Parts: sequence; structure tokens; C-alpha cells
Amino acid sequence: MKNKHVNAIVIGAGAGGGVVAKEMSVAGMSVVLFERGGWAHYDDHNHDELLSQRTTVLGNAYGPDNKRYRRVFVNSDGTSQVVLPNEWLYNNNAACVGSGTVSYGAMGWRFMAEDFKMKSIYGHVEGSTLEDWPITYDDLEPCYEKAEWEIGVAGDDVQNPFAPPRKKPQPMPPFAFNKEANLLKKAMEGLGLHPFPIPMLRNSVRYNGRPACYRFRTCCGFACPVNAKCGTHNTVIPTAIETGNCELRINCQVTEIMVNDQGKITGVAYFDERDKKQIQTADVVILSASATETPRLLLNSTSRFFPEGIGNRYDWVGRNLQGHAYTGAYGLFEEDIYDDVGPGATIAICDFNHHNPGIIGGGMLANEFTRLPYLFADIRPPGAASWGKEHKEFQRNYFRRNVQVVGPIQEVPVFDARVQVETTVKDHWGVPVAKLSGYRHQADLDGCEFLSRKAEEILQKAGAVQTWRTTPGLGLSGGQHQSGTCRMGNDPQTSVTDRYGRVHDTPNLFVADGSLNVTNGGFNPALTIMALGYWVGGHIADEWQKGNRFN
Amino acid sequence: MVKNGLTRRGFIAMAAAGAGGMVFLTRCNNPERYSTYRFFTDQEAMLVDDLVDQIIPPDEWPGAKDAGVTNFIDRQLAGTYARFRDDYRSGLKSISLSCQELFGLSFIELNCDQQRDFLIHMEAGKLNELVNEKDTGNGLNPIWKDGFERRFFRLLRDHTMQGFYGSPRHGGNLNYVSYKMVRLDYPLIIGQNRYNG
Repeated sequence: MKNKHVNAIVIGAGAGGGVVAKEMSVAGMSVVLFERGGWAHYDDHNHDELLSQRTTVLGNAYGPDNKRYRRVFVNSDGTSQVVLPNEWLYNNNAACVGSGTVSYGAMGWRFMAEDFKMKSIYGHVEGSTLEDWPITYDDLEPCYEKAEWEIGVAGDDVQNPFAPPRKKPQPMPPFAFNKEANLLKKAMEGLGLHPFPIPMLRNSVRYNGRPACYRFRTCCGFACPVNAKCGTHNTVIPTAIETGNCELRINCQVTEIMVNDQGKITGVAYFDERDKKQIQTADVVILSASATETPRLLLNSTSRFFPEGIGNRYDWVGRNLQGHAYTGAYGLFEEDIYDDVGPGATIAICDFNHHNPGIIGGGMLANEFTRLPYLFADIRPPGAASWGKEHKEFQRNYFRRNVQVVGPIQEVPVFDARVQVETTVKDHWGVPVAKLSGYRHQADLDGCEFLSRKAEEILQKAGAVQTWRTTPGLGLSGGQHQSGTCRMGNDPQTSVTDRYGRVHDTPNLFVADGSLNVTNGGFNPALTIMALGYWVGGHIADEWQKGNRFN
Repeated sequence: MVKNGLTRRGFIAMAAAGAGGMVFLTRCNNPERYSTYRFFTDQEAMLVDDLVDQIIPPDEWPGAKDAGVTNFIDRQLAGTYARFRDDYRSGLKSISLSCQELFGLSFIELNCDQQRDFLIHMEAGKLNELVNEKDTGNGLNPIWKDGFERRFFRLLRDHTMQGFYGSPRHGGNLNYVSYKMVRLDYPLIIGQNRYNG
């Protein structure tokens, strides 16, 4: 049976797509929200660390599966390899309703005003495509507020002197510090820093009809067993469905954006849950498939109107792939610090996000989420045994006596860090897979060197008997914080979409996910992606209500 | 070579284990018919028991063998880790061959220090060199090709850590032994554990 024409299609029910679907359906538009995965439940994998998003060695509890999905990763020597979804080089996020917002650590950061003006502040950086966003923090502020109130954030920005200006406080009180955070608070204050509770997309009190957090250790990397973590799957997506205007179509793999003989986008082709090929037509199409899958879809949608893929006239689709250069330090202590108050991360500082001499940008620093036993088995000081008696003793002695302070360095974008499609390798449906290639910029490593020393100082001040720093190499960065591959901009020659996420050269195709991020802030980007969902989705809904049909 | 090793191993097992060993010996001689494993032969499983027990040795807490790590690896090789089957089959065989070349013994016949030293050399990719120094001219060398010994050691090491420290639902970490060792509540049941938050 032919699918009924709808006003809008959203591809991907994650942080961006869930919000866009909600904004449009409450405005009265008929919407089909496509998700390649299904609903994820805690009980399917409970507290199984080996399938959690932190250590996916036995598979991805939150998708995608190893049977149907592949990517190609280009190595430093130019050779390439096929990688499975649970392997590190796949740079996976998730594939389920809510996507990464089901199993994330749920930090609910706003980017700072400076993060939208990186080029104005730091100037041209050789070897980088560093640029300002076409929108400012002030443009996005109301969208951050909506995300915080509709999806739910616990926090108190008043305690953070570096927080960007806001009109309304966060809706829920912040979480209490655990033992580790109390220890670090004293040390940070002793160093003249400004610690505060991390804003969290997690209920600190009963909110939106869902319970408060129990503070499980199995939080980051897992679905919440009591539904206290706030994602799009338990907030905006149910709201969208309740309007009666939004149909969520799960286990459907969208493979192509359809173009008619006038070059107009008419809808999408997809494989349904029985692997039957189907067509869904719509007036507007919104891509929210992630910074890897959104460009893959654009690049795979070739036609005589778009021979190099849609939006790719100037070869910018898939470019500037960024994640975060995570860096920090570990400290070992003489007494038990671990108190099993989940999910571990509670305290942060923003003292080093900007205004660091000689450093482009910077990043926040926070105590890290709980390291469960298998993950901890790979955490050792340099030179320590990686197996045998000494390794086991270390595990026993320091599992409860280690503290990690860590943060995401804001990367400067690199044009050749990119997503392409590899036509010789196909997924289960015969569609060319994403190919990842390129490197970080050296400037990111300078930032890591700087920030990891700060983390180490804090741990030493807190009384650590041994500390060591961790810094990444130049390897490509994507993963859960992937962004930047369909940059928004005012100049169609150096960007993929306009300031509202509309793909240049097309009247009715939009992007609303991390792909839009010109730069990725020194923060976890989830709340910003949600805010962009409100920005793009709100714009489309407003225009629709004014009678604009995006012809 | 391998056949001789098996006989000797069977003998040792019988000598060491007494009456119980008789049953074991029977299994050793008919691995396919009586194997209790999904992928490993019983001979392979005995070898893996000793290998993983070097990686996480018993002390005041059980080691990897007693925590069921061999069972964990076997279960994964029958499913999720099917892609590593060839690595295990040829890696275990190469370990046996290397031991025979170096010591004239099988791995499980070595004493604890010898086993550890063997694995230290394997981790460093030095087994081939050692075997070459002692080359008996049987044409088997190199036993390890293209850096496989280091890769296989890494695989064994990682899988052992997973089996020992991961969830018992996959066949290792028997009775949450590693969780007990680091003093973590187990299993985690909503409303039944202690919370300070």
C-alpha cells in the first residue's frame, strides 16, 4: 500500500530529530519520524558493562547491530579497513528511539557565547577551517531554555561565574556532590578555581511525570532503569506522538532522498522493518541522522541535478568532522574515594574554556563518570603491568581509590577530517557505507597538553599520591560527540546549510543535528543539538503557519 | 608433535588428579565426543585455563580459571566472537608448538614462573627469536607470522579481562567474584542496594 503524503519527514529520532518532530507536530504539521533502530529498554541488557556504550566489546546495546552495518576507516598509512559498529574506529553513537540521549551521561551544557565566534576571537588558524557560526549565543538562548524546560535539566548556573547569560534558571535543583566531588571542590577552590555542580539532563527531583534519579552506578552508557534520565525518547517524542500528527516509524532504514524531474526534493526511499523498499513523500524533509549518517545520506542521493550528492556543489558535505579531544589526569589516593553514588560525574569548572594564553579555545573539566570493573582494567599508570599478579592487585587496591578529572578540548575544524561514501562496501541494504578519514589539528593537542596539566594540578592539590596525565593523538575524532559535517553558514560556497539549517540549493531540505555545528564547544554537545532542533524545527513550524510551503 | 603432547598431558592430568583424573583422561582421548565446550576441544580448554590464570592469577581471590573465563571465551567464540575462531585455533596451536620447541613440554606442564616468562616473551613478540635460537631444524619456524603472537596475546588478555570483570550473564565472573573483590554491591537490584545519595 502506498504511504500517505505528509507535510514533513524527519530522519533520525535522536537529540535533534526528536525535537524537530515535536515542534512541527504541535504546530499542526503531519510528520513521519523515521528511526533505524527500535525502542531500547534497560531490562534488555540491565547493568551489563560489556554491552554498555562505554565498552561495547560484545556489541552495542543501543544499536546499531554488527550484522547489517559497516563503515570504512582510513588508516594513517592510507590503507583502509572495514569496521564493525561495536569497534572503536566505527565512531558509533547509537541507533534507537532517542539515540544517544537514552544511554548518554546526560551532561546538559549550554555552549558559551565565545563558542559561536571562534574565528573572531582566535583569528585564522593555519590548516583549519575555523569559522564563526552564522548565529550567536543570543539567537540560540531561547532554544536552550526550551530544551532545558521541556526535556529537563538539573543544575544551577548561578554557581558558575563563566556561564553564559540566561533568562530563566534551570528547572530542577542541581545534584548533590558525591565524595569525590567534595574532595575536588576543596582542591579546586584552593587553587582559586570556580567549581559548581554539572548541569545534567537527569531528574534531580520528580519532573515531567517521571521519577527522580536513584544515583545508580550504571547510568552513563546505559538506559536508565527508573526512567529518570531525560532524553528525547521520554519527553519530546512522546509529546509529538500524543498530538496525533506524528507517526514514529521504527526499524526503518532511509537510504535515499528522492528528487523529481524538476530537481525538487519529494521525499525519501527507505527499507521497512521487513526489508521491503518503500517511498514516503513529503513537503519538507529534515535530516537528523547524525554527523556521519546525515552526510552519508546526502552523498548517496545523487541525480542529474545533484551529481555529487545533494548540497555538495562546493564539496563541503561531510567535511570538518569533529568530536572532542578528551584529556585529563588520573590520581591515586590512600583512602577510599569511591562511594557508589552514581553516575560519578558531579563537579565541573569552566575556568579553562577560553582566555588561555597561547591556546585556541579550551574545555571544561569535570570528574569522570563511574569506571566499572572492566573499563578500569585498562586504567593504569604508565609502565604498570597490564596483566598478571600486579595488575590484579592494582585493580583490588585502587578501584575505589582513583579519581579522574577530564574534559573535552574544543577542536579546531580540519577540512580533510571527513565523511565520504565508499561505493565498494555496502551495508545490508546494498547502500554504500560511510568512509571516515583525516586527522585532528595540532592545536588540539596543545590544548590537551594545557588542560591535562590543570587536571593533574587539581588532583595533586586534592592529595593524590600518584598522578598521570592522558592526552590523545592526532587520530580522527568523531564518536558520540560527532559534529560539523554539514556546517551552517551565510556563504553557500563555504557551508552546507543556511542559518536555519536549510540545505543551500534546495527550498525544502533541512538538517537538524550535530552536523550543523560550525565548532563543537568545549562541552558535551547534546543540549546544543537539542537547542538546534528547536531552532530549525521552530523556524519550519513558524514558516508553515505563515503559509510558506517551501516550494 | 601435538599428539605426543596430548598423551603426556593426559598422563600428567591423571597423575595429578587421581581418580577424578581418570574421567578427564577419557575425555581427552575422545575430545569431539565428550567435549563439554562449544568451540574448544578439551585439550584447548585446559591450555586456555592455564593461560587465563596467568593473566589473572589466583591469590586470596580466585583467578580467571575459577571465575569461568575459559567458559566465557568459549561461549563468545560460539557466537559474538565467531570472527576470532581462526585466531584461537591457530594461536593455541602455535603456543603448544613454541613450548615444545623451547622446553620439550606443553604449556600446562611448565611451572608457574616458566609460564609467566613464556607469556612475557609472547607479549613482547619475542617467541620466534627464542625458538629460532633453539631451532631444531624441523622446518616449523617461524611458528608465529606477521606479528600474530603479539596480537593473539592482546586478544587473550582482553578477553580474559572481559570474562573476569564483565557481567556473569556471559559465562565468566562466576558469582560476581570480581565485583566482590573490589567491594561492589552485586547484583544491582533497584530498591535493594544501599544508596547514600
